[in-house]
Amino acid sequence: MNVRSQISMVFHLDKCIGCHTCSIACKNIWTDRKGTDYMWWNNVETKPGTGFPALWEDQDKFKGGWEKHNGKIRLKSTGKGRIIPNIFHNPNMPSMDDYYEPWTYDYQNLFNAPEGPDQPTAKPISMVTGEYIDIESGPNWDDDLGGSPIYAANDPNLEGLTKEQRLQLMSIEQLVFFYFPRICNHCMNPACVASCPSGALYKRGEDGIVLVDQKRCRAWRSCIAACPYKKVYFNWFTGKSEKCILCFPRIETGQAPACFHSCVGRIRYLGVLLYDADRIEEVSNLPQEELIDGQRSMILDPNDSHVIENALKNGIAESTIKSAQESPVYQYVKVWKLALPPHIEYRTLPMLFYVPPMAPVMAQQKAGGLDSISENLFHDIEEARVPMKFLGNLLGGGQEGKVLYALRKEKSVRWYRRAVTVGDVDLETAERMLKEADCTVKEAQAIYELTSLCTFDQRFVIPPAHREEAIEALKDPMEHKQGTGFGFLSGPRRGL
Amino acid sequence: MSSYFDILMFAALPYVAVFTLLLVSIQRYRSQSFTFSSLSTQLLENKRHFWAMVPFHYGILAVFAGHLLAFLMPRAILSWNSAPMRLYLLEVTGLACAVLTLVGLIAMIVRRFTNSKLRVVSTPADVILYALLVFQVVTGIAIAVIHPWGSSWFAASLTPYLRSLFIFNPDISYIVGMPMLIKLHIINAFLVVGFFPFTRLVHILVIPNPYLWRKPQVVRWYGE
Ligand code: HEM
Ligand code: SF4
Ligand code: SF4
Repeated sequence: MNVRSQISMVFHLDKCIGCHTCSIACKNIWTDRKGTDYMWWNNVETKPGTGFPALWEDQDKFKGGWEKHNGKIRLKSTGKGRIIPNIFHNPNMPSMDDYYEPWTYDYQNLFNAPEGPDQPTAKPISMVTGEYIDIESGPNWDDDLGGSPIYAANDPNLEGLTKEQRLQLMSIEQLVFFYFPRICNHCMNPACVASCPSGALYKRGEDGIVLVDQKRCRAWRSCIAACPYKKVYFNWFTGKSEKCILCFPRIETGQAPACFHSCVGRIRYLGVLLYDADRIEEVSNLPQEELIDGQRSMILDPNDSHVIENALKNGIAESTIKSAQESPVYQYVKVWKLALPPHIEYRTLPMLFYVPPMAPVMAQQKAGGLDSISENLFHDIEEARVPMKFLGNLLGGGQEGKVLYALRKEKSVRWYRRAVTVGDVDLETAERMLKEADCTVKEAQAIYELTSLCTFDQRFVIPPAHREEAIEALKDPMEHKQGTGFGFLSGPRRGL
Repeated sequence: MSSYFDILMFAALPYVAVFTLLLVSIQRYRSQSFTFSSLSTQLLENKRHFWAMVPFHYGILAVFAGHLLAFLMPRAILSWNSAPMRLYLLEVTGLACAVLTLVGLIAMIVRRFTNSKLRVVSTPADVILYALLVFQVVTGIAIAVIHPWGSSWFAASLTPYLRSLFIFNPDISYIVGMPMLIKLHIINAFLVVGFFPFTRLVHILVIPNPYLWRKPQVVRWYGE
């Protein structure tokens, strides 16, 4: 057992209101520089929809992630042999057209326009060329199903849905959508890292954050194609790849990442998971239907004395283990099995998990109230407006089982709380539902509390970084202090 | 008779060029490693990108390998060329690769200066580099056509000259009698070498060889 600790995440999709506050918080801190203008390390998509960059989930096109090959796994887009033809021209790399051309507006025209019969306008200007442009797409172009016949209808997750199901999804009064906020998943088996010819990308040992070493990136662009979530972006000005850094300077000082901190819906949770790094290769290679269970089994119980012993042996600090014991992520992912990895079939073993959304599912209720007395207490989930197949493709590794399990539990908790607080559902039925959903009253209460009443400190359980001890172990702290300097000597620029 | 011009160009310039290459590259790597990048423009323009980058790189690498081979093992080349069919084959292959390079190079230049996004990321160094490379490839092709059988005479007369440079005892007698075209090709080659460390060509120095034997995943611990 090779215990590693990782700062992991849960997004509760039922609570996301699609306000994009998270994206703006991130943009203002990290990506408002020239060359990063088109990047959205955090973005919020409407599902069904084609997302950002358009059709990122279409791996026939972008060849992201891993695939099985002769009993092993290999990167879909590149590899030791295939690097040579791909390095000059990467056939799977998205271009700016797949994202969008970033723009601003010619605001000064509003003030400087000569007097005339019409109101002056602020024409859009490209942030790349500085010329006037016609805006053709943007990072959330299909927000709230805008242009759904083009966008939502082409969502790759609709694969396997019948024509009726698809029509139903799009028809008036049946229309349904939910929000899907995305950041880098800081995967256990990151395709971006494995693809980099220069070894510039790496996973931090202490907390699992995946970073691009800006001084070693040489613009070979393998990572851009290899990440199946399209969460490495290419800075077109400096000629370097950049990605979400999980606000590590904030995390190291005990603050939540900006998108977490600012989240209006309070949908985000952050905490340590301990996992067994020896099993990464084996689990990534499991048959698709076993991947979710496989990844869950890699996540170790932080209260188990054997695990603690091994963690200490690996140099994991006691405070980190304590933090893992209090981790909300551990509860959602491993104990309650409510949070699921997105597209685990890409085999990168993402460390960001999503609680599937119940709201659009349950909204199918007929007018006239709750169907709680029905014989089959969960029938409405299976007849949901978002077909289970769709959620299964997104969060269930292509299968509905795990999503169904989570939704049944979520529904039973809701019914239970309804019985307790409103009283129009009888407690007996509610408890029977809990039982059928593999949930106890105690667990239901805990889920309710962490979902609805959670405080800031319950949502973000950040371990102390212990950088000072790591430095102390290696050299004289005073010497380190004098030697670190102030970072880059000159501003990041393009070439010499 | 070697003129001052010849001495300057063939005995002094090569050392200035190589010295500049080494000194500036090392210093740039040490203090400005951030600037080492191929400065890819594929994100900004992805349609004509293939038709520029692929022919150019395959072409130039093959041509470069040919020059290197003739320098390292002239005898092997000469004995290969002893049969006329094999000589033709080598010459035609070399010429084809050079033409491929030129096609790619022209495609690169056209692509870069006809696309408004690419113009934004073009620098004077790019323009100078294109000019040097075009001159180099065009003179190379002209030599192949006007003074054929270069694979033989390179091995017989240029290799000894280059070797004399390497042992710091330049013997330019091999060069002085050569046609102007060939002289220009050689001088321009030294200019490319000297200008190299100031351009994106430094990407050649950091081609990713450890990739072939490192483990797929990279983990770094603090302080490493
Ligand atoms: C194995 C060796 C080499 C590798 C892996 C390599 C790789 C690359 C890459 C990835 C690019 C960026 C292309 C893009 O815009 O996406 C590039 C550009 C370029 N390379 Fe190389 N290269 C190699 C050798 C060479 C050589 C020998 C030369 C010429 C002497 C050269 C000259 C150039 C030039 C001029 C560009 C700029 C092209 C443009 O943007 O118009 N490369 N190279
Ligand atoms: S989601 Fe993040 S860690 Fe995973 S492959 Fe993509 S960039 Fe790498
Ligand atoms: S800030 Fe929170 S609620 Fe708002 S879009 Fe982002 S994830 Fe959703």
